[in-house]
Amino acid sequence: MTNNQKLNLFLLVLALLAPSVLYPVFLAKVLCFALFACAFNLLLGFVGLLSFGHAAFLGTGGYITGHLMINSGLTPELAILTGTAAGAALGALFGKLAVKREGIYFAMVTLALAQLVFFIYLQAPFTNGEDGMQGVPRGEAFGLIDLSDNLTMYYFVLAIFVFGYWVINRTVHSPFGQILKAIRDNEDRATSLGYDVNRYKWIAFVISAALAALAGSTKTLVFQLASLTDVHWHMSGEVILMTLVGGVGTIFGPVIGAGFIVTMQNYLSGGELGNYIHIIMGVVFVICVLSFRSGIVGQLMKFKRDNFS
Amino acid sequence: MFDINLFALFGQLLVGLINGSFYALLSLGLAIIFGLLKIINFAQGALYMLGAFIAFLALKYMGINYWAALIIVPVCVGLVGILMERFLIRPIANEDHLYSLLLTFGLALIIQGAFTHMFGSSGLSYAIPEELKGGNRLPFMYLPNYRAWIIIASVAVCFGTWYMIEKTKLGAYLRAGTENPQLMQAFGINVPLIVTLTFGFGVALAGFAGVMAAPVYSVSPDMGSNILIVVFAIVVIGGMGSIGGAILTGLGMGVVEGLTKYFYPEASTTVIFLVMVIVLLLKPAGLFGKEA
Amino acid sequence: MKTFNKSLTAALVSGVIAATAATSVMAESDGKVKLGILADMGGVYADICGRGCVTAAEMAIEDFGGKALGQPIELVTADSQLKPDIASSIARQWVEADGVDAIGGLVSSAVSGAVSKVNLNAKKLTLISGSASNTFTTKSCNPFNVHWTYNVVALANGTVKPMVQAGKKKWFFITADYSFGHALEGVASKVINENGGEVVGTIRAPLGTTDFSSYVLQAQASGADVVALANAGNDTVNALKTATEFGLTEMMDVAGLLVFTQNAQAMDPAVAGGMRLTTGFYWDMDDKARDWSQRFEERHGSIPSMIHAGVYSATTHYLNAVEASGTEDAAVVIKKMKATKPEDFFSRNAELRADGRMVHDMLSVEIKKSEERKDKNDIYKVISVIPGNEAFSPMLPQCNFS
Repeated sequence: MTNNQKLNLFLLVLALLAPSVLYPVFLAKVLCFALFACAFNLLLGFVGLLSFGHAAFLGTGGYITGHLMINSGLTPELAILTGTAAGAALGALFGKLAVKREGIYFAMVTLALAQLVFFIYLQAPFTNGEDGMQGVPRGEAFGLIDLSDNLTMYYFVLAIFVFGYWVINRTVHSPFGQILKAIRDNEDRATSLGYDVNRYKWIAFVISAALAALAGSTKTLVFQLASLTDVHWHMSGEVILMTLVGGVGTIFGPVIGAGFIVTMQNYLSGGELGNYIHIIMGVVFVICVLSFRSGIVGQLMKFKRDNFS
Repeated sequence: MFDINLFALFGQLLVGLINGSFYALLSLGLAIIFGLLKIINFAQGALYMLGAFIAFLALKYMGINYWAALIIVPVCVGLVGILMERFLIRPIANEDHLYSLLLTFGLALIIQGAFTHMFGSSGLSYAIPEELKGGNRLPFMYLPNYRAWIIIASVAVCFGTWYMIEKTKLGAYLRAGTENPQLMQAFGINVPLIVTLTFGFGVALAGFAGVMAAPVYSVSPDMGSNILIVVFAIVVIGGMGSIGGAILTGLGMGVVEGLTKYFYPEASTTVIFLVMVIVLLLKPAGLFGKEA
Repeated sequence: MKTFNKSLTAALVSGVIAATAATSVMAESDGKVKLGILADMGGVYADICGRGCVTAAEMAIEDFGGKALGQPIELVTADSQLKPDIASSIARQWVEADGVDAIGGLVSSAVSGAVSKVNLNAKKLTLISGSASNTFTTKSCNPFNVHWTYNVVALANGTVKPMVQAGKKKWFFITADYSFGHALEGVASKVINENGGEVVGTIRAPLGTTDFSSYVLQAQASGADVVALANAGNDTVNALKTATEFGLTEMMDVAGLLVFTQNAQAMDPAVAGGMRLTTGFYWDMDDKARDWSQRFEERHGSIPSMIHAGVYSATTHYLNAVEASGTEDAAVVIKKMKATKPEDFFSRNAELRADGRMVHDMLSVEIKKSEERKDKNDIYKVISVIPGNEAFSPMLPQCNFS
């Protein structure tokens, strides 16, 4: 076992034991956002593309899965799969239009497309507008495991998260991932080496979108609710914040970032500090940008490099 | 029946143009800051809101009237901008543009949160100045004087700014200083000062727009965040960095939005993004942007 | 790899066991009364039901003596951020893990709907005070819903009906394009049609529209007698401002269907003066109301809205029922609440019906012009009292949970 594997195993055990101290639904929420942030980071951290429209995939996964669970009698894993596929299809379309653009223009194209998607969900009757799709049944996974118990649900989500994380890990460390990083570091060189840069970007975009939709689908089951919040551009901004806080371009950073932000929101939403939630979020943003640009995990890695090797 | 509809359409066009001139004013500031300084200022909306609030407070507590506020408020907001640039944005000037976006987004959250905390969310009212009350009955609509004033003032400020930057010597220094800082520095020109002042000016325009808006819209903490993303889209459609592009696109998008409000109001806040997608697919650098 | 798998299995098993052991302690009836207030602390409705709703609940608990069933009453509060998903997750944690017995406050119908779903599952009470939709006692009624203060039907009946009856037959709607706006428009249109009026046009304006001039022009061209604003908060304020500016108010009446005291205060009296509206409560309506409102103002810094008063009233009624029935078990408490008539400075000629609708007298008021105002809090003139059974619609048979 390498050090990395040991660390992963340790974290997995931690995740398995966590519900004994923390509320399982909260943990499931953290995992969903962690997966979402990891999916987003696949683009930003490893291809260098800043998408400002990832909420569209999160929301699409959620709405499709929710709709199927309410109306079709599919088992949850099939509903999630369909939701993920829908996200991937939307990602394929977005990607086709966006990957030719760079930098701020890429961000703006994705933002604009996501706004159009938002409008469709706002107007489409099946989403119930801003009331959201409520009372989504959790169903029985594979027709066997009743998910209505929060703890069972948590382990189901954990399994999905581990799968998604594994996909990202594999993608990043595969030859395909090396090409992505080459594109990120020097696009012209990658082109001159004969790689069809846009095609690679597009594939990465679709994977990222699919995983974001997977996160959204799972989240809908956890909360039994799909709402416009998930498609709003604020959500696209929030995932950037999570990734930034955790560490752009590190595989595990977004998980920490998502955990940090979700915990903070949870903590702030109650109690006296609730009034200051936006101010505190803003301060976190500013501090991160000014002095913490490599994020929590990035800083830790740097600390380790500087002191232990 | 047909001529009545045509009249109604004229009304919508004019109202669209009024909104458009307002958009032009707001996007102009953003375009200057991005075009010349390459800073993506997401706090522009919050500073616009700040402008409206300062105007309100100045009237309430110091008796400073609307006309004086038109001068004083942009100066105040500009000073806030200068402090922001000097102490927060400059330290990250050499990083990716993305970071200035995130930083200013954070600042916007702080400013908006602070005002919500201090003044609540239900909004405050600012009366239309005596001199601009009332209006004129045109053949196709009633045009309030204040709306006419919005067009005149915005177009004047927009044109003046454009002329200054594109046609005068001062503007030439400015453009050169931001395009090739080392060279200008070698000529003995204080480039960081130019950058700070330009930022301050761009932000002051947002403050000016805030004063213009106070009498017609509810002065509330979220007034800036509602409009920011639209204004941003306008700058992108016009071509990031193109001053004239931002002004013309602002006017144009006001009209497009006005027509949408007539034919399909539900989509009036979304139409701009549709335009943005189409424009960026056909002209990647925006309508008036220079191809890279 | 083999060791990896083995240790993984071991970890899985031990983890599951540890976790199951720890979470099986679920809060059932613990003999302790714990109340949750979910409000909008920093959003657009923060003034309507934010910190103020918490203050109102605190006052109710203090006035009750701070104790119920022999133990101190606990109050937890949270910010819904007006998002149904956030609200749902907070509510879930409250009722499933933290032992909360009832959730009150609840502004925005989307938030209330999400919480109501969670509470139905957990068999806990939902004390809605801030939301306008009538769905909680009609389409999505359930035995644990209690809807206090007001709803869209009462607003429409209170404001629209007298105007139609007075001969204002043609109506034009500027509606906020989301479900609250649609519901308000739908209910009001029904009232208009039933009373011999007609709706000549409707515009669905996106939420948070800044500029209403285009819509005002369209309303002007419609030839309507009344322009109804089926929106709330800043949307209403902006729409009304623009209507005055473009001279619409000189040609036709403008009716704000949902205006809170805070909005009325925020509007220039020159713009809003003379407008009629319906409210569930006005701080200056009589001595009892003034008394309470004064206490509220001292603590909170501004006069109460009908929602603040509603939260106080609903909380008090709930606590009374808990004490009287000797348990905090929701199924028992709700019976008691429905069997007893609420009576305080807010609830007049009131009853909590079997469908969970709290029916009480509503007020038809007029916004005062600047020359009529004594101070900044003096905003309404009470025109008439609308008896509860005229304001609210009758109970549906499928929602009778007696």
